[in-house]
Amino acid sequence: MLQLPIYLDNNSTTPMDPRVLEAMLPYFSQNFGNAASRNHSFGWKAEEAVDYAREQIANLINAEPKEIIITSGATESNNLAIKGVFEMYAEKGNHIITIETEHKAVLDTCKHIEKLGAEITYLKTDGQGLITVKQLEDAIKPNTILVSIMYANNEIGVIQPIKEITTLLKSKGILFHTDATQAVGKIPLDVIANGIDLLSFTAHKMYGPKGVGALYVRRKNPRVKVTAQMDGGGHERGMRSGTLNVPGIVGMGKACEICQQDMAKDTERLMKMRDRLENELLVLEESYINGNKEHRLPHVTNMSFKYVEGEGLIMGVKDIAVSSGSACTSASLEPSYVLKALGLDDELAHSSLRFGLSRFTTDEEIDFAINHVKEAVLKLREMSPLWEMFKEGIDLKSIQWAEH
Amino acid sequence: MAYSEKVIDHYSNPRNIGTLDKNSKQVGTGLVGAPECGDVMRLQIEVDDATGIITDAKFKTFGCGSAIASSSLATEWLKGKSVDDALKIDNMDIVEELALPPVKIHCSVLAEDAIKSAINDYRSKNGFAPIEDTKKHY
Repeated sequence: MLQLPIYLDNNSTTPMDPRVLEAMLPYFSQNFGNAASRNHSFGWKAEEAVDYAREQIANLINAEPKEIIITSGATESNNLAIKGVFEMYAEKGNHIITIETEHKAVLDTCKHIEKLGAEITYLKTDGQGLITVKQLEDAIKPNTILVSIMYANNEIGVIQPIKEITTLLKSKGILFHTDATQAVGKIPLDVIANGIDLLSFTAHKMYGPKGVGALYVRRKNPRVKVTAQMDGGGHERGMRSGTLNVPGIVGMGKACEICQQDMAKDTERLMKMRDRLENELLVLEESYINGNKEHRLPHVTNMSFKYVEGEGLIMGVKDIAVSSGSACTSASLEPSYVLKALGLDDELAHSSLRFGLSRFTTDEEIDFAINHVKEAVLKLREMSPLWEMFKEGIDLKSIQWAEH
Repeated sequence: MAYSEKVIDHYSNPRNIGTLDKNSKQVGTGLVGAPECGDVMRLQIEVDDATGIITDAKFKTFGCGSAIASSSLATEWLKGKSVDDALKIDNMDIVEELALPPVKIHCSVLAEDAIKSAINDYRSKNGFAPIEDTKKHY
């Protein structure tokens, strides 16, 4: 039977796969050693487990195990990549290019180093959430040291033209970092074929545990170095000190392995369910998909239902857990900056829902979600003055609104 | 964020949703808020000319649960009140009744504005000067 509420917010975090949990359990109280202890079997066992996991993690993105720097998650990885390059390559330049729809972990890191003398260019995306290589090329300067562009967007799932971007950057000798938090484990991702120099990702978005992530740091062509942001015992090739989170790393390794094994199968199933959800909801008048439909993740859709307000809508769909483009709940009253960047009207940005499906989502749950959302939208439109005006043919832009 | 039971009740079973004839002289309409702020309230009252009593009140609201509840509650309170008494409804009464948290106080302010705006619309239609809003919310 259906268990309510239904979780469809898998871009925020995923449930842990039971197989991952099982792999982790022995590393809490049984094999609890410190992976850096070289003098006894407790340490060796932990180190062995970490080495094995590092291989599983590396395999998923076609990297070498030595290129995987374990962190506490994607936020730390993004910080390490951007701040680390900014410090390490200070002699080469101080200009970094990124895009305005990045996750806050990238944007705020950039803001931080701006105060320390970095020069940051924030590229604008088109109405579909994508940037072009031409835009990037025009932004490059002699002092550009790094370009940081997310692989897939967390709110709308659109995938940037990574290969084209890195082809350009290689020819100019500029490093490329990508926040691939939403993409790793969901779509095939190859750091070699895609010419990626630094890549951030995390375990808890791919059915692994929270609190563990990684930064891929390329070791050949070119050999990339980042200045450590966490000083101490010199763990992780000196780039990230701190006792390794062995159970977390084991879990991340297992999660990566499962993703690699099941990706094709999961993707096909998720895409079918996502498309069905989307098509059924598009039957509603004045409903829209946000972001590019072709270049995007298979398990995500972001939709707007015009003339209903996001927070009211979220309340109306209380039996499903989704996220809204409207940040009213955080008291800011600001609609999502990502949707605003696409040039969406405020009404559309406010009335959006993001659905993120997972390996554990069922057809039955999608059926329920479709009906639930439809009912809520119809009910709220029934009480929306904007809907009534729209139906009467009144142009909302022609009204002098009393802003408050 | 957790909503109070009363907010949930008004949101789930809103009172007096609907539309009155905005061209009628007996009807006052208030439309406040803005789509880009995420709240628009339309509140309408129907007034008995002879007695000055509000005989009907309807609303439609685009907004969060608290905005919907504030306007729903306002219509409930308005019915049967004289226009003069209706002017005395204070946003803090709504805050108290619905147990609105600080971040949602603006919803109650909007409801109070909608009431005043509806009354002024009624007044101007019937040849009275509008009531000056002397209360500063911000």
